[in-house]
Amino acid sequence: MSALLAVAGVTKRFRGLIAVDRVTFEVPAGGIFAVIGPNGAGKTTLFNMIAGVFRPDSGTIDFAGEQIAGLSPDRICRRGISRTFQIVRPFPALKVEDNVTIGALLHRKSVPDARAHAREVLRRLDLYGKREQRASALTLPDRKRLEVARALATDPKLLLLDEVMAGLRPTETDRMVRILKELNDEGRLTILLIEHVMRAVMALATHVLVMHHGAAISEGSPGEVVRDPAVIDSYLGAETVV
Amino acid sequence: MIGRLTEGIRPRTLIILAALLAFFIVAPLFASDYLLTMLILIFYFAYTGQSWNIMMGFAGQLSLGHALYVGLGAYAAAALFVHFGMAPWLGLAVAVPISAAAGAFIGFLAFRFRVAGVYFAVLTIAVAEFTRIGFDHLQWTGASAGLFLPVAQYAHNDLWTLRGHPAMFYYVLLAATAFAFIACRAMLQSRMGYFWLAIREDEEAARSAGIDTFRYKMLAVVISAAMTSFAGVIYAFYYNNLFPEQVFNISQSILIILAPMVGGLGTLFGPILGAFVIETVAEAMRTLLQWFGVDLPGTNQLFFGVVLLFVVLAVPEGVWPWLSKRMGLMEREP
Repeated sequence: MSALLAVAGVTKRFRGLIAVDRVTFEVPAGGIFAVIGPNGAGKTTLFNMIAGVFRPDSGTIDFAGEQIAGLSPDRICRRGISRTFQIVRPFPALKVEDNVTIGALLHRKSVPDARAHAREVLRRLDLYGKREQRASALTLPDRKRLEVARALATDPKLLLLDEVMAGLRPTETDRMVRILKELNDEGRLTILLIEHVMRAVMALATHVLVMHHGAAISEGSPGEVVRDPAVIDSYLGAETVV
Repeated sequence: MIGRLTEGIRPRTLIILAALLAFFIVAPLFASDYLLTMLILIFYFAYTGQSWNIMMGFAGQLSLGHALYVGLGAYAAAALFVHFGMAPWLGLAVAVPISAAAGAFIGFLAFRFRVAGVYFAVLTIAVAEFTRIGFDHLQWTGASAGLFLPVAQYAHNDLWTLRGHPAMFYYVLLAATAFAFIACRAMLQSRMGYFWLAIREDEEAARSAGIDTFRYKMLAVVISAAMTSFAGVIYAFYYNNLFPEQVFNISQSILIILAPMVGGLGTLFGPILGAFVIETVAEAMRTLLQWFGVDLPGTNQLFFGVVLLFVVLAVPEGVWPWLSKRMGLMEREP
């Protein structure tokens, strides 16, 4: 099976600190790939390199067979990688529907077409009933789903989710898990997520990469990874519920 | 197209608009010279405010140097008329590209080298000031001594060369304001308009949504500069004299931004309503002070400033959003 995203030996330094240290992994097309690890492990920096916010100091990032490392965020999005932010960044003064329409306009010239697509996406994310509200008026769980909706409206092949479960109640987490599963099953959407909520990782991920101090310390299926002593030591802790 | 232009505007609002437009079309028939002069100023600031609003209200780029585009437009058209007898409407074909190029220059410098926010605003002031000083020394346009257009005879109106009665300028500015309003609404409803709003709201998120922010910010500056330039052409032919000290002055830039700020930033009716509020307040202040016999220089501006301060404190989001909500004029904001 060919990889949709292939990250090889990627490194990023901030002054003396090595934030990401020669990380290599492949995300297979159609998979749900989770990156986990303690705070400060370099997960978001890794994400930002894939999304084009930072240029890697060394290493390569291949997407659909093309080199994308160092391209600008808008170019990367146009090639089919869409991302959400750890701290949500909707367009606050705009209506929910307009937020998503903006995403949909990326590959659509006509505003009515984009609006129609935006409504479809809003239905999938249980936000259709709130489409007339301003984004700033939404609750955090709604804003998290709005963030996913806007990213999804750009018709990505790969969706990067930076801690979309953080701050959600268990029922909200389950709802997000269900939605992401549906998108992955029906839409054949490949998902790469950073996540702390192990409950969601176990339910969703087909592959897991564990990072610690900038380096990848373990990789495999969720079941394998949580039994890895190195992972238990550095991140999960001894009495983790599996 | 027409359907989309009126979408979201209540029928009664459209009727009020049509009635207002009809009123303004017949207004010069009974308006005194004094009132007509006031209306000319109102529509001048409504038009320039609408043009400025494209940059700040739509795309979130604060320009404090819009006098630059007024001045370039005014000088280009006036100099071509004085030196070559070129009619202003032909001069416009030169004036608009010059202003657009100036906007593109500022935009390129700022957006390529990531000069943003207040630093961008300072850059717009700086370029306007440089240009003012440059024109102070440009002999071809009369340098600091000024450029004068042959004064009109009011016997007949010549629309082609813009020589004639103030009523003619009034109609030109009224038409320009109507055009700017329709053009701005059409732009806001376009793909470009949505991208502008995204950039205004959160530029980094806009980039992550695939928007080429450099390109759309450039478009905003260039369109805004080109539109503002037309006001400069009218300015030159209305006043018949141009001094770099006046036309490029930073106070001109500030006057341009007042109407949209007071009326409602980023709204379509805001700049027009704001221009009415500001001119009315300014005139009321002048009349009141005259009535009380106060004749100290600067008092008028002082009171004008105080009144504006109260308006901004009372309706921080602008007079139009407040009025629209109170009277239920809109079904939804565009």
